[in-house]
Amino acid sequence: MKHLRSVNRKAQRVSRHADSENDVVALQGPPQQPAAAPHIPLGCSLVFSPGWEADRNGGTAGLCQPVERDLFDCHTGCFWPAQVPDQLNHAPDWTAKCAAAQKDWRKIDLVFP
Amino acid sequence: MSELALREFHSFQAGGKDFVYLVPSAAVFELDDASSAVIHRLRQRNMTRSDLARQLSALFPADEVQETVSELMRARAIGEVGVPEEPAPKVMPPENFPLTTMVLNVTNQCNLSCTYCYEYGEDKIVDTENGKKSKFMSEQTARESVDFMLRESGENRLAHLTFFGGETLMNFPVLKTAMQYARERAAEMGKEVDFSLTTNATLLRPEIIEFLAENRVGVTISIDGPKEMQDEFRVFKNGSGSYDIVAPKIRELLKRHTSRPIGARVTLTSQTLDIRKIYKHLTEEIGFWEVGFAPVTTSPDRKYAIANEGFDSMLAQFQALADDFLQAALENRHHGFSNVKDTIEEIHKGVSKAYPCGAGLGLMGVSTDGDVALCHRFAGSDAHKLGTVRDGIDRLVQIDFLEKHHIADKTDCSKCWARPLCSGGCYHEAYTRYGETVHPNLHYCEWIRGWTDTCLKIYAELSVRNPKYLEQFDDKVEYEASSVS
Repeated sequence: MKHLRSVNRKAQRVSRHADSENDVVALQGPPQQPAAAPHIPLGCSLVFSPGWEADRNGGTAGLCQPVERDLFDCHTGCFWPAQVPDQLNHAPDWTAKCAAAQKDWRKIDLVFP
Repeated sequence: MSELALREFHSFQAGGKDFVYLVPSAAVFELDDASSAVIHRLRQRNMTRSDLARQLSALFPADEVQETVSELMRARAIGEVGVPEEPAPKVMPPENFPLTTMVLNVTNQCNLSCTYCYEYGEDKIVDTENGKKSKFMSEQTARESVDFMLRESGENRLAHLTFFGGETLMNFPVLKTAMQYARERAAEMGKEVDFSLTTNATLLRPEIIEFLAENRVGVTISIDGPKEMQDEFRVFKNGSGSYDIVAPKIRELLKRHTSRPIGARVTLTSQTLDIRKIYKHLTEEIGFWEVGFAPVTTSPDRKYAIANEGFDSMLAQFQALADDFLQAALENRHHGFSNVKDTIEEIHKGVSKAYPCGAGLGLMGVSTDGDVALCHRFAGSDAHKLGTVRDGIDRLVQIDFLEKHHIADKTDCSKCWARPLCSGGCYHEAYTRYGETVHPNLHYCEWIRGWTDTCLKIYAELSVRNPKYLEQFDDKVEYEASSVS
């Protein structure tokens, strides 16, 4: 800082932080304050998230997230009505036995319209 | 290109320079001509970078204006219109926050009947006369309290134990055994305990003075000033003043007890509001090293309560005495106006408080029967109980309290530039005024802002004219126990 003189200790910390924002080495580290972004569910097709829909070989064996997580992320976080049963009228309890998708996904029955 | 606007700060001048106190970061920056000019222009209206450069082109080259704008933006003194300022996150203290100071109310009894007393007077919150609380703490409870303190001090090597009352010295035997026990237990655990007490000085006898000096006990004396002021409120049960009893005893104490600086703690009321006179008497005529002042805690309708005009007059007097402090500090002389020193130390460190004080967090008060409360002022009040020394702290109650009292939730304070230092003010004061601890102390906002501004100016002037003076605050322990009142 050239035009502001840091007087107290907090000002020195603010300056150090501000100076590091223009610092090439510091820029290689993780961002210090991630901007507040709207919630985008993990693995939603809106974001490109390799290792989620398909693994590096194009299969599903080496996914970094269990595929079952998809179900709930699209169901609760996105407007994607075709993907899950109609929970309001036809199949209100379709997830009742599935407390944790990763563990209990086998307990979700098929739902027939 | 988007327009720029000022962000939240308080600007002031000192030593012929312009300064800003940024909120909520509590950083103090000195402005040069360019940054000062940018802020001045943006104060008139919002404008874009290129407008600024054009308007200031006669004074500064365009690239210098650009550079200044970037610096001010990075320090968050200015920002783009339409880009909302990130709200300060509500950061809660870590769980099991260590206890640094325990205030032990060794007795509920007092041999004085000060009219304004928050413990016995008209605004008391605990029924000390007919209540179920025992009047004196037993040795057993004192020992359990020491165990509690050391257990709750966590990883800290040093714990502060402050004795309080009632009149603390009415239970001198328990104070002595508690100290002895604390030393032994702390030594076993590889810790140390620092002792201090607050007293009205009426019971200081040569052997007690000897004991306090030998054991390096920090002493704070409650005294209101010269005879006519002391005797206005600090009276015995029969109404007679206490000045003639305490003055010689205090002189005796100051003569013998030189191992630690001894401070006076003055309660200001509407009738005793001559601060310079009080200060002069207590330092020059009695010999105190430091004097701290605090307005009486009371509901607004008491005749000794300080009303609006009273706060104005108090501020003017504080400022006059603060000027003396500044002169002394510029010449590297000691000055005992502890209110200034405490505040500029906080400014130097850049304290931005989530809570007004450590009550319920690093500081707790223990009542005579071992109940743990927010602080000594609430000790014995069931509504402000956090646990007992035997069963420990009820963490759910504590977390609930800390959740509710965080500065992020004090809407009244959210636009005030003084909030990093004030944070809403004393819980006990709020409880007495408004009936709830969570209420910000709105009756003294103007006074707090005026006083903070004064201290900022002193701090900034010292940073220009005698920066060496401020180095003493660099190495000070962050959590030193201050006097309790």
